[in-house]
Amino acid sequence: MLAEVGASRVRVETSESGGEKMAETALSFRNVSMTFPDGTRALSDVSVDIRKGEFVTIVGPSGCGKSTLLKIASGLLDATAGEIAVDRDRIGYVFQDATLLPWRTVRRNVELLAELHGIGKAERATLAQDAIELVGLKGFENHYPKSLSGGMKMRASLARTLTLKPPVFLFDEPFGAVDEITRERLNEETLRLFEQERFAGLFITHSISEAVFLSTKVYVMSARPGRLVASFDVPFSYPRQPELRFDARFAEICGHVSHALRGAHS
Amino acid sequence: MSETIENNASTDASAESSPVAGPVRRPRRGNLGVVLPPIFVGGLIVGVWYFVSYVLLDPDRRFLLKPPHEVWQVGFADGENLRYMLDALWVTAQVAFWGLLAAIALGFLLAIVMSQSKLIERAVFPYAVVLQAIPILAIVPLIGFWFGYGFSSRVFVCIIIALFPIIVNTLFGLVSADQGMHDLFTLHKAGRITRLRRLMFPAALPAIFAGLRISAGLSVIGAIVGDFFFGQGEVGLGQILKRFAARLQGEQLLAAVIVSSALGVTVFLTFGWIANRVVGKWAAESRGG
Repeated sequence: MLAEVGASRVRVETSESGGEKMAETALSFRNVSMTFPDGTRALSDVSVDIRKGEFVTIVGPSGCGKSTLLKIASGLLDATAGEIAVDRDRIGYVFQDATLLPWRTVRRNVELLAELHGIGKAERATLAQDAIELVGLKGFENHYPKSLSGGMKMRASLARTLTLKPPVFLFDEPFGAVDEITRERLNEETLRLFEQERFAGLFITHSISEAVFLSTKVYVMSARPGRLVASFDVPFSYPRQPELRFDARFAEICGHVSHALRGAHS
Repeated sequence: MSETIENNASTDASAESSPVAGPVRRPRRGNLGVVLPPIFVGGLIVGVWYFVSYVLLDPDRRFLLKPPHEVWQVGFADGENLRYMLDALWVTAQVAFWGLLAAIALGFLLAIVMSQSKLIERAVFPYAVVLQAIPILAIVPLIGFWFGYGFSSRVFVCIIIALFPIIVNTLFGLVSADQGMHDLFTLHKAGRITRLRRLMFPAALPAIFAGLRISAGLSVIGAIVGDFFFGQGEVGLGQILKRFAARLQGEQLLAAVIVSSALGVTVFLTFGWIANRVVGKWAAESRGG
């Protein structure tokens, strides 16, 4: 079921090599390194496995190559070494910017991906309406992006990705540009989506509390070239409540992540 | 619903008709506020005109600038002269229209081809610049020499003069789409045509209309200049300008200049209006005419 997409310069895993484990791993990086043509080393020997129903977050300083990892996962970039296994047919990718098409209303924006995948008009409309309601944009279907706030644009962007019901969801610092209050609310809604859809999530951020709040597992990435220097399992079960943020154990984990991040930075 | 939608400042997010954090709307002023200032300046211009005619110029030199009311009487109120000018206007307007249409078709084609390949852009673009740099006065007699003085030659002059802004603005617009949007289309395996139709072309619309506005005005100028130089065939605005000037018919000449400008202004406003209808709803900043 999983299509293997390996960086051709290196080994490409055969479908047998993973065996049982492959069946449930939705996204896997194996010793992935990335060096740009100008010589910049973005990633060095990154290995991560993300199973369906797992929400993995990578925190790291700005410019450490976090986004590059997502671009490699999605196929926008090719890694210079290592292997990636993922089904790229319906990969969900939420960008840093909402990247809504300004000439389309919210509804038509949300329909875009289904349109690109050749899904018929009627089904498209249903998918879009469901997604719009799921992210709480009901009533704004006919608005153009220019009349939406930053948070609402992000919701529309999320809804657009949701229409594909992606088994793998990549988030590239999607809430970096919105204010703290909106961000917390969007975090809660992302959690709700995750609890409902149980996709395999890979989330990139530099906010520690966001990382811990959302994830089953948090990785810390070092500055360039990006390496995963520490990982933390987050023991809280889903569904999670907003009050979790005030839990002493939550603060403790944040503290550990923060400590590791400082270590990685210096 | 309102609990899932953030309230920005004091805006009521639950009211569907009032989007949160809407763009800065231009304050809605009454029609008077829009109409009065230009009328005031227009009056000022007429005032200066009278001043020059009656105060600055000696009576025996007044023929240099006839006062406005005489221009009106001789140029417009006289039915025969008006009819003569309107016929010429019609001829020129048709030339300008077909010239613009051809320039749009050709300009779009070139811009689309250039947007698809950096190599083609590098190869072709310098010649678009050359086309723009050719002095129109030099090329018009040559066109007449080569292709005759008929309708198609006049249209050809319009194409040459109107083509460049269409190419440049369309090309600029086509490549203006955000890299993130291109990534999105790449991720979902959009082909060249899909990308062009659903992403690049709509993204280009505001720039395309900016170019059209300029080119439409230029096409009118091209039609008049062509007619002026060819001086043969159907009588357009260019020829009557030339005749009035040669005969020192000051009133008629000024009237013809006014008609020519009016054609240009009308075309400019029309394209502004169309642009507003097409992209006004979504474009970040659009100033209608």
